[in-house]
Amino acid sequence: MATNTEGVEQQATQYLTFVLRDEGFAIEIGKVREVLDVTTLTRIPRMPDYLSGVINLRGSVVPVMDLGQKLGMGPISHTKNTCIMIVELEVEGAMVEMGVLTDSVQMVLDLQAEEIEAVPRMGTNLNTEFIKGMGRQGEDKFLIILDIDRVLASEGEAALRGEMVPSVTETQEAARADAGAA
Amino acid sequence: MSESEYGEVFREEATELLEELESALLELEKNPTDLKIVGRVFRAMHTIKGSGAMFGFDDIAKFTHHVETVLDKVRDGAVPVTKELIDLTLASRDHITALLDAATGTGAADPARGEEIIAGMQTLVAAATGDAAPAPAPAAKQPEAAPVESEAPQDKTVGQLTHYRIHLKPTAEFFAAGGGVEPLLDELRKLGECTVFLHEPQAREAGDYGLWEALLTTKQGINAVRDVFVFAESSCLVKVVPLATEGDEEFSEHKRLGEILVERGEIAPEALKEILDQQKPLGELLVEAKLVTRTKVESALAEQEMRKSQKLAAQKAKAADSIRVGADKLDRLINLVGELVVTQAQLTQVASQLGESDLVEPVEQIERLTAEMRDCVLGIRMLPIGTTFARFKRLVRDLSTELGKDVVMQTDGAETELDKNVIDQLGDPLVHLIRNSIDHGIEAPDAREAAGKPRRGAIHLSATHAGANVLITVSDDGRGLDREKIREKAIAKGLIKPEAEVDDAAIFNTIFAPGLSTAGTVTSVSGRGVGMDVVKSTVEGLKGSVSVHSSGKGKGTTIAISLPLTLAIIDGLLVQVEDTHFVLPLSQVLECVELTKEDIARFHERRVLPVRDQLVPYVRLRDFFAIPGQRPDLEQLVIVEINDERFGVVLDDVIGEHQTVLKSLGWVYRNAIGVSGSTILGNGKVALILDMPNVLKHARLEEQGAIRNIVH
Repeated sequence: MATNTEGVEQQATQYLTFVLRDEGFAIEIGKVREVLDVTTLTRIPRMPDYLSGVINLRGSVVPVMDLGQKLGMGPISHTKNTCIMIVELEVEGAMVEMGVLTDSVQMVLDLQAEEIEAVPRMGTNLNTEFIKGMGRQGEDKFLIILDIDRVLASEGEAALRGEMVPSVTETQEAARADAGAA
Repeated sequence: MSESEYGEVFREEATELLEELESALLELEKNPTDLKIVGRVFRAMHTIKGSGAMFGFDDIAKFTHHVETVLDKVRDGAVPVTKELIDLTLASRDHITALLDAATGTGAADPARGEEIIAGMQTLVAAATGDAAPAPAPAAKQPEAAPVESEAPQDKTVGQLTHYRIHLKPTAEFFAAGGGVEPLLDELRKLGECTVFLHEPQAREAGDYGLWEALLTTKQGINAVRDVFVFAESSCLVKVVPLATEGDEEFSEHKRLGEILVERGEIAPEALKEILDQQKPLGELLVEAKLVTRTKVESALAEQEMRKSQKLAAQKAKAADSIRVGADKLDRLINLVGELVVTQAQLTQVASQLGESDLVEPVEQIERLTAEMRDCVLGIRMLPIGTTFARFKRLVRDLSTELGKDVVMQTDGAETELDKNVIDQLGDPLVHLIRNSIDHGIEAPDAREAAGKPRRGAIHLSATHAGANVLITVSDDGRGLDREKIREKAIAKGLIKPEAEVDDAAIFNTIFAPGLSTAGTVTSVSGRGVGMDVVKSTVEGLKGSVSVHSSGKGKGTTIAISLPLTLAIIDGLLVQVEDTHFVLPLSQVLECVELTKEDIARFHERRVLPVRDQLVPYVRLRDFFAIPGQRPDLEQLVIVEINDERFGVVLDDVIGEHQTVLKSLGWVYRNAIGVSGSTILGNGKVALILDMPNVLKHARLEEQGAIRNIVH
């Protein structure tokens, strides 16, 4: 596995650990701006299920994503422990905020570089692009360290791809449909 | 706007574009195959060229034209993106900067450097395309071709009203050869307004026949003036001095007789001063003539002094009438007012819940003041669109001269106000549209005459309010859009299938696709197919729409741009479906009616309802947005009007009017269907802003899709 250690060579880093469907996850604490209790979510109709809607964060409208559904693990159940982590990320040169819905937020954890294992090539049932590494916690407990920028940015790209469809293709489609009907 | 202000505008614009050009080039170096970046480079170059020509920076326009020709080949894939190409294009960017500095007098440019860059580029092109024409040929041709080409545009006196002073001093030889002064003067009079003075010879010696002096005002250019004397030059002393060109502030300012005489060298400054010193002030003369007393003169002088200082004070006061404020400060103010509007709505709600009678009045006051303040602050950003119209007149004039066409531009609605941000971004698209009209739309005068139209073509630029939108149209009476030609091009570019039957609107809309140009030849003005896609993307970025209409061949083209008035706060109608709140732009709402169970049954669930003799189709938001729940027995139908078309939206409840501070939904939702933004309600909940045209469009497409499924 020595060939697969790039990106995990930094020294001790602080991580925020949280739970999705009983499983331990972590992200770098520098990415997290604050953690909120779940407030009223306003769904945006006709959008994928993992986009939970928007919240009012002190006068700003912030989109929220259900991380459980995004990672294909099923929706987050709303309990008294359910939290929204407000994560900051850079999109097209501007800093934007995004809420991430999790089952519960646990603690802040220091991890040394040697405590982080490389991502197994298979077996996690997750898109390995979204994982930075596996953090060791004790003898046989692992935390999945997420590359939250990638997880969230993939969303922006999807939106962008949708937007980039030029109106001409509609013409094309209409033309094709017409041709098909004829 | 004065000449120098035009220059400043271009300088600012060009600096911005050059920055964009540089960053695009550097990106291109990293991803040499990305055609989108090539497009960016090309567009930046194209706009610099266009604006350069428009503001009279001919050197820049000419140089950029050459570079653009090469980039066009890159865009077509004929020339690969190599490091050399990037180097040369970057060098050309630096050269444009140098030209810009030279033109504004803050530096110098080396024309040889420009030729070197162009020659280098042409070598690259020749190498890549395997062109039979050897590389050195165009390179060698360049220097000799350049001066010929540059002759005309550099003579900026052509087409500009210019004043000349002409001295003509014939010799005996001239008359001996049968020459006459009068015919020459007649020629001059044909050029323009001409005043002639004859200075009689001081000594009647042989060979001194006097000096003719003519003051001529003409648009024909200095060469035309010199041509008049082309045969007389050998036997006469001819001196043509251009005094000033139109718009030249120095010339239009008032000069005293003495100053002019000194300037002309007719009298020495010292001699003039001596004469002037002999002159007594008017007051002195009057007193000497005993017409008024000395004290009366002094009091009159005192009044004169007072008036002068009054005038100065007035000028000062006028200067303080307007102040320049940074746009960022204004944006901050608008954001704050937005927050204030939200907080005020909260306050009103809390107050009504408390039911405290003492609160009623102050809360109402605050509500009124907030609304007033909101309108006031938004008003600050509203500018009449006429400020941009002025710059287009210049464009029309210069372009029509350059292309040998006779075009006049009419504008109306210059007083129509639009958000400053919108106006700023509208400049480029309008330049493109007007250029297109002159270059492709309007025919040459002879062709127009042959087609039975007046020789002079017309471009009409108008702006009007249409509800919450401003409608800007650019129309011309030119040759119109050639449906077949566009269709062919669109097929060639793969935009439509050859066998498909497509209606006119769909065909015309393909002109907004990148790279589609129907102009047979590429001129320095247009024909490369950039522009229309820029127009479309800019307008859509401003949440507007653009459409093209042509009444047929020879009947002209109209391009209509529809834009929202402002992008910050709107008056909305707050409605509800289950527990989701929506806001409809109030300006689109015509009326609200009830929709009962019986109404629905009467029309067998077909989504139409007669409202005052008109059958109104409707969209049920609950179904459109797939909101779960049971629909109530009594629903509300809100009738809206979009593009002169009425349709209804059915929802559970109409809550009332709501001042809506627009908030973006964030980049994740920029692709949302039927929803264009959000706002925060008084109770802290988020309401969604309905994008009615989008709802209508999707509802229609989905219904058509459903019908098609039934047919198959």
